[in-house]
Amino acid sequence: MTVQFGVFTIGDVTTDPTTGRAPSEHERIKSMVAIALKAEEVGLDVFATGEHHNPPFVPSSPTTMLGYIAAQTKKLLLSTSTTLITTNDPVKISEDFAMLQHLADGRVDIMLGRGNTGPVYPWFGQDIRQGIPLAVENYALLHKLWHEDVVDWSGQFRTPLQGFTSTPRPLDGVAPFVWHGSIRSPEIAEQAAFYGDGFFANNIFWPKEHYMRLIGLYRQRFEHYGHGSADQAIVGLGGQVFMRPKSQDAVDEFRPYFDNAPVYGHGPSLEEFTAQTPLTVGSPQEIIDRYASMRDSFGNYQRQLFLMDHAGLPLKVVLEQLDILGSEVVPALRREFATDRPAQVPDGPTHAARVAARDAALSSDAANPVVQDNPAETALDGAK
Amino acid sequence: MSETHTAPAEGTVRRIAVVSAGLSQPSSTRMLADRLAQATVRRLEDQGIRVQVETIEFRDHARDITNNMLAGFPSPALGGVLETVIGADGLIAVSPIFAASYSGLFKSFFDIVDPESLEGMPVLIGATGGTPRHSLALDYALRPLFTYLRADVIPTGVYAASADWGSAGDANASNNSLASLPERIERASILFARAVAASDRSSRVQDPFALDPSFNPTGGFTAT
Repeated sequence: MTVQFGVFTIGDVTTDPTTGRAPSEHERIKSMVAIALKAEEVGLDVFATGEHHNPPFVPSSPTTMLGYIAAQTKKLLLSTSTTLITTNDPVKISEDFAMLQHLADGRVDIMLGRGNTGPVYPWFGQDIRQGIPLAVENYALLHKLWHEDVVDWSGQFRTPLQGFTSTPRPLDGVAPFVWHGSIRSPEIAEQAAFYGDGFFANNIFWPKEHYMRLIGLYRQRFEHYGHGSADQAIVGLGGQVFMRPKSQDAVDEFRPYFDNAPVYGHGPSLEEFTAQTPLTVGSPQEIIDRYASMRDSFGNYQRQLFLMDHAGLPLKVVLEQLDILGSEVVPALRREFATDRPAQVPDGPTHAARVAARDAALSSDAANPVVQDNPAETALDGAK
Repeated sequence: MSETHTAPAEGTVRRIAVVSAGLSQPSSTRMLADRLAQATVRRLEDQGIRVQVETIEFRDHARDITNNMLAGFPSPALGGVLETVIGADGLIAVSPIFAASYSGLFKSFFDIVDPESLEGMPVLIGATGGTPRHSLALDYALRPLFTYLRADVIPTGVYAASADWGSAGDANASNNSLASLPERIERASILFARAVAASDRSSRVQDPFALDPSFNPTGGFTAT
């Protein structure tokens, strides 16, 4: 999987503006599962769910949902968009996702985000003004819990730990791959670069120039911390499309959903928003052309996720969209992205590849015992 | 600051952004904004400072301002306006007084400006209204807004009532012993021009992606 393609969902319960009908929570939850199963059926690589703790959103318990999907899929990678690193206990994230990783035989990674719903912080006993320090400290603990068997730890935000082992240990001793998601914070790009983790730019709500700066910063710092060259940094992008064989049909059908969408509805016109953000509404070929050009802006990247099921679009339409995505758009984009991709650019991260890389590193360590060439690891040791 | 503290270097350039939230065309709010700008430019040029003035009518960007509030990012045109305002050496901000305060459009613009981006900006505030009775809105509405943004609001603001445009003295005075609108504009421009002359904001690079030097990617925790 050179570039991994998939869908990410917010899990909103939104009234269909064309019919005035809103699904029940139960219907919406089952729709999310149907979308995940369809993603595998049409040959997509990834399904990622958001995490929310307030209506009109249903996905409060991502590993429960992903575990259920894991049992019904064979190849699909299961991820999040995002897991709240600020208000979840990092110990529970460590346990839940390691458990999911075992059950799914390694088909799991995780995207961490801060969350922007103000009241969620106090509901979970936190302070939104501490968002960045929480994201930094909680991830430092999560990283430690996954990489060290016995952890002694104390920090600013959580009860200290003495002699704690997070169980189960990560599958094959390799933790789930971590993406750090951010819309606007250079601190999070820096954090992702420091650890050599992935950086995911939501990309759908802002102009691409903004994300080009953020991703550029991440790539440059990834190299600075000695994880590889800037073009070897692990980048993921969000996207948003609606397509029909005839371009004008797509525009006509999508417009009422756009005009009433919870995030940007009643603001910019569909035409303005498509010109200013990666939202693309049109024929499959128009989608292919627009997204094939993403790497001209962001460099070769590893993961492309599309937001497909929002703004009240009915499940039937979403599944039709996934059919077009899987049969026409993604195969063409796979061909595009494989063309002229430099050999040193990594593929999208998988558990099997990461286990193989770890084993290769261990055998080369055995051959050359004194190897300490990773400045980030050194810096981590220094922070102890 | 004394009048004689520095002689500006040869070829010194200062950029002034002028924003007007007037709604009608032509607008007396724009007229006041232009008068304030002209008086300031004259003073700076007398000191050998070249001045670039960019004037923005919020009316021309009313839809984009609303869209930015809803979508969270500016259109390219509004992005240019924001850069002009944020990167200026001084800002002249003039609003009509509606319902006892600045207009909604005026406030909406400053709601989408990054709250830290006007820190230290010399600001000359002005307002217009139908009668002189709303003149204190300058000091209870506009001034606290810019104080919140940590701008450097100069002490003298200028309020122009409709009658000021046809009066030699203060429109509310029974005689002409109080300062006329042109005199008040001149008085405000002295203080503002001095602050703009000393401002180096436009030559500073503003990087929204700059990290705080104290940021540590592993935090301040004590791992043992």
